[in-house]
Amino acid sequence: MTDGFDLGIIVRSVPFLWDGLQLTFLLTAIAVAGGLVGGTLLALCRLSSFAPLSFAAGAYVNFFRSMPLILVIFWFYFLVPLVVGRPVGGFYSVLIAFTMFEAAYYCEIVRAGIQSVRKGQIYAGQALGLTYRQNMLYVVLPQALRNMVPILLTQGIILFQDTSLVYVVGLHDFLVSADIVANRDNRLIEMYATVAAVYFVLCLLGSLGVRKLQRKYAL
Amino acid sequence: MIEIQNASKWYSAFRVLNDCTTRVAKGEVVVICGPSGSGKSTLIKCVNGLERIQRGSITVNGVSVGAPDTDLPKLRAGIGMVFQNFELFPHITVVQNINLGQIKVLGRSKDEATDRALALLRRVGLHEQADKYPAQLSGGQQQRVAIARALAMDPVAMLFDEPTSALDPEMINEVLDVMVGLAQDGMTMMVVTHEMGFAKKVANRIVFMDEGQIVEDTTKDEFFGTRRGERAQLFLSKILSH
Ligand SMILES: Nc1ncnc2c1ncn2[C@@H]1O[C@H](COP(=O)(O)OP(=O)(O)OP(=O)(O)O)[C@@H](O)[C@H]1O
Ligand SMILES: [Mg+2]
Repeated sequence: MTDGFDLGIIVRSVPFLWDGLQLTFLLTAIAVAGGLVGGTLLALCRLSSFAPLSFAAGAYVNFFRSMPLILVIFWFYFLVPLVVGRPVGGFYSVLIAFTMFEAAYYCEIVRAGIQSVRKGQIYAGQALGLTYRQNMLYVVLPQALRNMVPILLTQGIILFQDTSLVYVVGLHDFLVSADIVANRDNRLIEMYATVAAVYFVLCLLGSLGVRKLQRKYAL
Repeated sequence: MIEIQNASKWYSAFRVLNDCTTRVAKGEVVVICGPSGSGKSTLIKCVNGLERIQRGSITVNGVSVGAPDTDLPKLRAGIGMVFQNFELFPHITVVQNINLGQIKVLGRSKDEATDRALALLRRVGLHEQADKYPAQLSGGQQQRVAIARALAMDPVAMLFDEPTSALDPEMINEVLDVMVGLAQDGMTMMVVTHEMGFAKKVANRIVFMDEGQIVEDTTKDEFFGTRRGERAQLFLSKILSH
């Protein structure tokens, strides 16, 4: 370990870290979006009165929720190339793993959100002549999503932190990039402090932003 | 217009509706009253298929509500419904509430729907509130918007489930006035209410329910006159006295 706290190394490695951070952002954004869409579809299946559908969705959710994420990432790294018949690279396999894993968690969040909408609202939509699909789309889900904002945020922040697990398949996310610099220049303290500070600030900004949104859209 | 024949419904072993038979002719106003838990809300919800009956039949305008090939959304679109707790959609504005069904169900253009919405809001005295959210309105105002929302679908009949019982006393009349106006314009109405003033003014018939049964189905004059059942009388004396 070199003496003193070297701010210069942090400044010099900004472009390199920025590349890693972009990957982290991209993964988080796509996994949140994909997980939310997948989770909503799963939740609708789970709430369906058609038993095989709700059973299948329930099995999916319970399965993924009992698996450690890192295992799922590994699997898809080896599985996806087998399924599609050619190597797809770490990025895409990780993306699929995250989306499918997160969908299971978002499913339960969305399901609780849908159930938080009062029965009378559903009746009102039906009484207007809306079909099931229209009622979900225009009446139930918009209210469910608003009710879910705090917990969606929490899940998003967890996901943002979990993306650091991609190191296992050799992707250079923010944490890995910092790690590379830390070991190359033997600046562990500087780099890990930077990583911690950045994660902290981003998560804080995230929760402040959503709290603002929540106030704006509160019902 | 609305024919209910020998309708029965059970919640597992509990019989909510017990062989109910009644009808509402075109342009008629029928008031349904009865003690809490007697099945009034359930009966009215069965008319537009929000709840299903297990025995008997209900037809609206000749269409059977329970038939498997009935297009329920289409049937419901033609029947307006007003709820005890208003049930305006809280995440959209007043005018959007009134437009939703018009646009998505009737296929009207946004301009067309908005014109109709504003005309109806004017009729219920709320055209200045069009762009507010439901939570910004008083209960009485919300209920009038709910009536406008139902009317925007050009319904052949209107169902009301205790439209004033969640309201503060000073707001009850503003809602009843709108309903009286509707009745006088010839709207077919089935109204669950304990507002006997309203019943006296515009009802053609009164249906009295108790424990899932229709125990009294009479003209208004008979109901408020001398010939009426004991249970109805007892109940009536209670509501009339407070
Ligand atoms: N989903 C349900 N499951 C089981 N029982 C129910 C259900 N809905 C209503 N009931 C019961 O059916 C009975 C009739 O209910 P309903 O709401 O039709 O009564 P009501 O006459 O409208 O009473 P109120 O004046 O209190 O509104 C009540 O005893 C109620 O507890
Ligand atoms: Mg009721």
